[in-house]
Amino acid sequence: MKRKVTVLGIESTAHTFGVGIATSEGEILANVNYVYTFEKGIHPREAAEHHSSVAHKAVKEALDKAGLSIHEIDAIAIALGPGLGPCLRIGATVARALSLYFNKPLVPVNHCVAHIEIARLTTGAEDPLVVYVSGGNTIVSAFVDGRYRVFGETLDIALGNCIDAFAREVGLPQPGVPNVEKMAERGSKYIPLPYVVKGQDLSFSGLLTMALRKVREGERLEDVCFSLIETAYSMLAEVAERALAHTKKKQLVLTGGVARSRRLQEMLREVAAEHGAEFHVVPPEYAGDNGAMIAWCGVLAYIHGVTIPVEESCIRQRWRLDEVDIPWRR
Amino acid sequence: MKWISHGGGSVVILEVIAKGAEATLYKELWNDIVVVRKQRLPKKYRHPQLDNYIRRTRTVTEAKLMFEARKLGVPTPTIYDVDIDNCIIRMEYITGTRLREYMDDIIHSSKYEVLTKIFETLGIYAGRLHTNGIAHGDLTTSNVIVSDSTLVLIDFGLGTYAKDLESHGVDIHLLLRSLESTHYSIASICFKHFIKGYSREVGEEYANKVVERVHEIRARARYVEERIRKRDFI
Ligand SMILES: Nc1ncnc2c1ncn2[C@@H]1O[C@H](COP(=O)(O)OP(=O)(O)OP(=O)(O)O)[C@@H](O)[C@H]1O
Ligand SMILES: Nc1ncnc2c1ncn2[C@@H]1O[C@H](COP(=O)(O)OP(=O)(O)OP(=O)(O)O)[C@@H](O)[C@H]1O
Ligand SMILES: [Fe+2]
Ligand SMILES: [Mg+2]
Repeated sequence: MKRKVTVLGIESTAHTFGVGIATSEGEILANVNYVYTFEKGIHPREAAEHHSSVAHKAVKEALDKAGLSIHEIDAIAIALGPGLGPCLRIGATVARALSLYFNKPLVPVNHCVAHIEIARLTTGAEDPLVVYVSGGNTIVSAFVDGRYRVFGETLDIALGNCIDAFAREVGLPQPGVPNVEKMAERGSKYIPLPYVVKGQDLSFSGLLTMALRKVREGERLEDVCFSLIETAYSMLAEVAERALAHTKKKQLVLTGGVARSRRLQEMLREVAAEHGAEFHVVPPEYAGDNGAMIAWCGVLAYIHGVTIPVEESCIRQRWRLDEVDIPWRR
Repeated sequence: MKWISHGGGSVVILEVIAKGAEATLYKELWNDIVVVRKQRLPKKYRHPQLDNYIRRTRTVTEAKLMFEARKLGVPTPTIYDVDIDNCIIRMEYITGTRLREYMDDIIHSSKYEVLTKIFETLGIYAGRLHTNGIAHGDLTTSNVIVSDSTLVLIDFGLGTYAKDLESHGVDIHLLLRSLESTHYSIASICFKHFIKGYSREVGEEYANKVVERVHEIRARARYVEERIRKRDFI
């Protein structure tokens, strides 16, 4: 029998400073997250200040929640990227300090891989086509030949970013997606907007510009919100459908911050059904950035021998999903 | 140019050729000739108005661009009939093998020299579309049929009238990614010959610019750029 392994994971790639604790038995013992809130677009340095001010208590709370002392932790996992430099540096500094001071191995984790792995763990989907959609990423991916390959992605801004930016410009509160959706529920008129699908890839910047123009031209905000949501989600559903048809995967999983959207879930459920695939959504507490996903991904990596010496643990702002080897899946 | 659905007539569906993501393709006996019927059926998940708009515009775009490509000497199936209300295109049935599967066979038999010719020709066709302001929109090895010694391009539904470097770059990016995801071992040699043919049509200078743009598209670290944009909105 293998010994149970417990990993403490730290997330600080963007707006959230999170600490999670997970075990090799798939238990999540703690998931403590502090979110830097902003109305005017994230300011990396301010977010970093927020992170350093909460880091200490987040670590302590996670350990208390799990009922563990730091000595009972086997390794420290850290999301080294992709993300914002100043934010990443705070998490990395905390993780390195814990690693050195308590003599624990350090495990590098890619934030995008973590969004996928936490979804696989919590939904039980073993080999899904993954739709990962958040403020910074819009990716359709599946595991092929040792890595999570990208089957489709945005060519410019992410879906969440598009809707958040729209919200900001028209004076709706953040987070943008749920607030634009709320407004959209009261819309009824469909206004044609740029629907841009290129092969498997997407582009949202023209959609954003045109939606803002429609508001300036005097269209009802409710109707523009409705049309924006319907157009953006339909584009994503279409590339997901194409990838599902091509890869013939039998499971479709939705993960990332925007996975909490009811309307998006509803559309992708239809897509899955049409292709005889199961549909799963990551639970809301693991949808947005969180420490637990880094801890769990850290467990997988650590038990497959992935660690990094502290002096080599530099942050990787542009670390792509498909650059990461996945030794725990073969 | 005008298409009118003949309606009526005799129509016998022979078999379903493919059920793609977008459309269902049938082999059909239509007024006594064998044709391919490409039909874009409604998607329940889309708002009906948007769904209608997408299916109609793609049907029209596809038929138009296939016709124009053909005029430029880029082989595409002959269009027989366009029924816009039902989102149906009837076109010539092309006997042959999709380039994607054709390459599998080549790899087994190691007759690589055939491929250099094919990709050079494909490069010429792509170049000719681009110099005439057309982007294919889904240029992959699944959307080329090798028929005897002719390459026939299909699936123009995502095509656009585009003269800009970005649209041309995206076309080439899509081809390269499809090569890499299906035939990694020979992707770069195929691509090299593709570019050779492409340069011949568009000129070396423009071809270099397009290749540079392809690299840029791939290297775009979307994440970071978005954050910068986010701040732009402050
Ligand atoms: N209840 C909700 N329903 C739908 N979308 C939501 C909800 N709450 C937040 N969002 C959206 O989720 C996005 C944030 O996602 P996430 O928490 O994963 O952070 P991120 O920094 O954007 O992540 P990543 O680094 O993975 O790109 C924002 O676009 C926000 O509007
Ligand atoms: N004119 C034709 N003659 C013979 N076979 C054809 C013809 N047109 C299409 N096909 C076959 O049908 C398949 C699907 O056609 P097409 O790519 O046009 O549809 P699609 O639904 O747009 O596909 P995708 O899945 O790429 O979205 C092709 O890969 C090819 O095998
Ligand atoms: Fe995230
Ligand atoms: Mg096709």
